[in-house]
Amino acid sequence: MEHLIEVKNLSYVYPATEEHPAEQALFDVSFSVKKGEFLGIIGHNGSGKSTLAKLLNAIIMPTSGDVVVAGHNTKDESKIWDIRQTAGMVFQNPDNQLVATIVEDDVAFGPENLGVMPEEIRLRVDEALKTVDMYDFRSKKPHQLSGGQKQRIAIAGILAMAPDCIIFDEPTAMLDPYGRKDVMNTIAKLNRERHMTVLHITHYMTELAGADRIIVLNHGRIVMEGSPKSVFSRVDELHEIGLDVPQMTELAHALRQKGYDIPADVLTIDEMAESIWHLK
Amino acid sequence: MFKDITIGQYYPTGSVIHRLDPRTKLLLTFGFIVLLFVARNLWGYLVAAVFITVVVLVSKIPFSYVLRGLKGIIFIICLTMILNVFMTPGEAVAKIGFLTITKEGIAVSVYMAVRLILLVAGTSVMTLATTPMDLTDGMEYGLRLIPGFKRFAHELSMMMSIALRFIPTLMEETDKIIKAQKARGADFESGNLVARAKALVPIMVPLFVSAFRRADELATAMEARCYRGGENRTRMKVLKMTSLDAWAFVVFALFTVVIIAMNHLPLPLPFPFN
Repeated sequence: MEHLIEVKNLSYVYPATEEHPAEQALFDVSFSVKKGEFLGIIGHNGSGKSTLAKLLNAIIMPTSGDVVVAGHNTKDESKIWDIRQTAGMVFQNPDNQLVATIVEDDVAFGPENLGVMPEEIRLRVDEALKTVDMYDFRSKKPHQLSGGQKQRIAIAGILAMAPDCIIFDEPTAMLDPYGRKDVMNTIAKLNRERHMTVLHITHYMTELAGADRIIVLNHGRIVMEGSPKSVFSRVDELHEIGLDVPQMTELAHALRQKGYDIPADVLTIDEMAESIWHLK
Repeated sequence: MFKDITIGQYYPTGSVIHRLDPRTKLLLTFGFIVLLFVARNLWGYLVAAVFITVVVLVSKIPFSYVLRGLKGIIFIICLTMILNVFMTPGEAVAKIGFLTITKEGIAVSVYMAVRLILLVAGTSVMTLATTPMDLTDGMEYGLRLIPGFKRFAHELSMMMSIALRFIPTLMEETDKIIKAQKARGADFESGNLVARAKALVPIMVPLFVSAFRRADELATAMEARCYRGGENRTRMKVLKMTSLDAWAFVVFALFTVVIIAMNHLPLPLPFPFN
């Protein structure tokens, strides 16, 4: 199977309530995620990215179009648990996704729901906790941990379900810079070392520098798609839809406008130093 | 300030009592309560008192902790004693105005007081020696055995466990809200009772709003982790009975025999119990 997730002409309309009129969050979105890929989805508040995350995990159903995860359409209710097991999801608030009073019990929650045998759960829990470097914290209580640590426990909880793909719905939005770095390193490690397919939804551009591909959402539509370098180099367009570009790319853009010959796709400080070094 | 809060009144010592299976502890506590009502004379209660004293000693829990539980019921004990002394009909011993103290009244009130004290002491030992999570697991198992309660049992224990999980989180949040309101000039310390109760409204409202939002997000996260109720669910930690539990049952069986024997042995009893 080449494509783990396929999204075809997906639209979603939030039905009208007493306070709000009906609102369309996604317009005819199509893309696919390859096995082992690190796909970044970025967008400003209200771009429809969280709605997209919920659609991918069969938490809400498409108004029109299809979402197919590992060959199962999310509209097929009998496959809903297979979909959620295949494409695990990590949410924004680290506190509101931990269920149990002890760290290891929380990691065990997913496999327990799947009816995995106790000895097997034990193995999976230990393995998952070691993967996110939280094994030493296994008997702690969640409220004794920092935000970044809690988020890593949440990731371990998904890993223990043995998914093929993990969808991250703004996992760093509520963390401090250290926690953010920890979580990002964990995600990158999962993708590189475990060949986990990662779909990372965020509004921090810099977090996606290591992605294989980036999709930019604006007002429910895909406006850009491509490698991080090709997307980041379109600085003016990104600014127009209210997104921040990595600092070095921004600097490169400013320098180019002043007439300096610097590549538009500079991402890191090292790359910038290198290109300035080569200036004549 | 809430980082090290302990929930419930668990007192860890790692004793033999602590290591018993929670189901054993729950069952034996229930048995102990039943036996307190089976015992019909002072000798039986004496045996029960000695038994619970030995249990406390073995559990290595300080007596002050066990007795702390009694503080809350002193009023109830006094009330039942007073009512029983005056209201039980029988052989009059003394008269104070229109109130009559009867021999039977004194006997019944002493029995009731001893019974209540032993009952609270027994249940206190159990809750002091068992973590809230173990208690929940034990209760889930116990409820499952009652026909018609099977589904209910899992849901109850899940609710308990989520409540235990979120108590520290919500307390931390309360602390934050209080500080935020204080920073904006809210006054929680002065005024009479009504004024202080009113001052709590700006704390409770945001706390409730946030609790509901948390509940909603948690439900979504649980569903995303394939939670679909107790059916076909397995557990990583399976409760296991050990030889320790077998011994506990043997000891308790002996205790039961002695309690019942005390009801039938022709031992002398002091006034007013003869």
